[in-house]
Amino acid sequence: MRSTRTLEVGTGLFVLLGFAALFFLTTQLPTSGLKLAGSTAGYHLTAEFDNVGDLKTGSPVTMAGVRVGEVETIRFDSHSYKALVSLRIDPQFDKIPDDSDASVQTQGLLGGKYIGIGPGGSDTYFKDGGRIELTQSAIVLENLVNKLFATFVSKDRDASGAQGSGAASGSDK
Amino acid sequence: MSAVRVTGQLALFLLGLLAQCGPALARPRLVVQQIYNAGARSLIIVMLSGFFVGMVLGLQGFDLLQRFGSEDALGVAAALSLLKELGPVVTALLFAGRAGTSLTSEIGLMRATDQLNAMQIMAVDPLRYVVAPRFLGGVIAMPLLAAMFNVVGLFGAQLVGVQLMGVDRGAFWSQMQGSVELNDVWEGVVKSCVFGVACSLIAVHSGYTAEPTAEGVGLATTRTVVASSVLTLFLDYMLTAAFL
Repeated sequence: MRSTRTLEVGTGLFVLLGFAALFFLTTQLPTSGLKLAGSTAGYHLTAEFDNVGDLKTGSPVTMAGVRVGEVETIRFDSHSYKALVSLRIDPQFDKIPDDSDASVQTQGLLGGKYIGIGPGGSDTYFKDGGRIELTQSAIVLENLVNKLFATFVSKDRDASGAQGSGAASGSDK
Repeated sequence: MSAVRVTGQLALFLLGLLAQCGPALARPRLVVQQIYNAGARSLIIVMLSGFFVGMVLGLQGFDLLQRFGSEDALGVAAALSLLKELGPVVTALLFAGRAGTSLTSEIGLMRATDQLNAMQIMAVDPLRYVVAPRFLGGVIAMPLLAAMFNVVGLFGAQLVGVQLMGVDRGAFWSQMQGSVELNDVWEGVVKSCVFGVACSLIAVHSGYTAEPTAEGVGLATTRTVVASSVLTLFLDYMLTAAFL
């Protein structure tokens, strides 16, 4: 009788553990998963960005390369058509000047996005619920290339235009 | 020629076994006993191995990704390699060594001591009462074992990557959740189900067809490990190719 009981309890535990593991894998790993990381202590700041790129919930917030907090939520503001990012800053970093700026930056060449805070010069510091006014959006590589290309094209045109007008006037639009 | 014959034997054996699986399920007690033997008792070794495999992944992955300055992708790298390859394959190899051998020697010894013949004389089908429950137990246990291997491995990778190597914890999990899709998880589950069928089938078959001598049982046990391992790795390649 005792051994049947052990058997049943053991098998039950095994099957439950197995399904718990499967449940964890199917629900927690894909995007919808709960956040497992980190604490919830600290204070919150918000910042509006024109474009956050592929910034994600949980991405780090850094100052001078040192992690000071993390991205808590990213929402779309349907009035200003901007991304509203809420940051959680760890409690020990409570001396961030309230005219600091925030920018979306990239780790390494292919790394994920993070938010870098550049300190301002103000004597007053951010409080919980503060708002970072100065923001710089994520740099979209395609746009950058487009701009660069456009500069080249216009320079090229200027150069050829100058030559053209020098050699034979009026042929150039 | 003998390889062809063994393949044919295996296929016929599988058909006969599948036909007996329904009746075997009608006696869940026997199946539960075998899930306990094959699954619950392999739990420690599978979780321990998973933990170390995860830790190695964390270490190697970190070293590699650091060279490209993208160590935040460690979570993705560890999760995908565990889910899609290491979890199902290593679990199947451990299963073949831990549970497969005991299935083979148990059934082989029943054969050697004429227990199977005695059953047949009493008009009790040994396929139904001895082999099918063991087969089912293995098939059910394998995906569960692989899932636990994956979860423990992930936490092993996190332990090394985040706690020791200093990858950002938020980046580790959020990049992983951003890049792993449900299909990746299912791929691992399907693989481990297939491996479960293959390994259990080989284990019970080589026990059932073992020479009824002490030497024969020993040979059959060795054959189980070798055949299961090779078949697992071969099937892994086929399944990976099919899923890509």
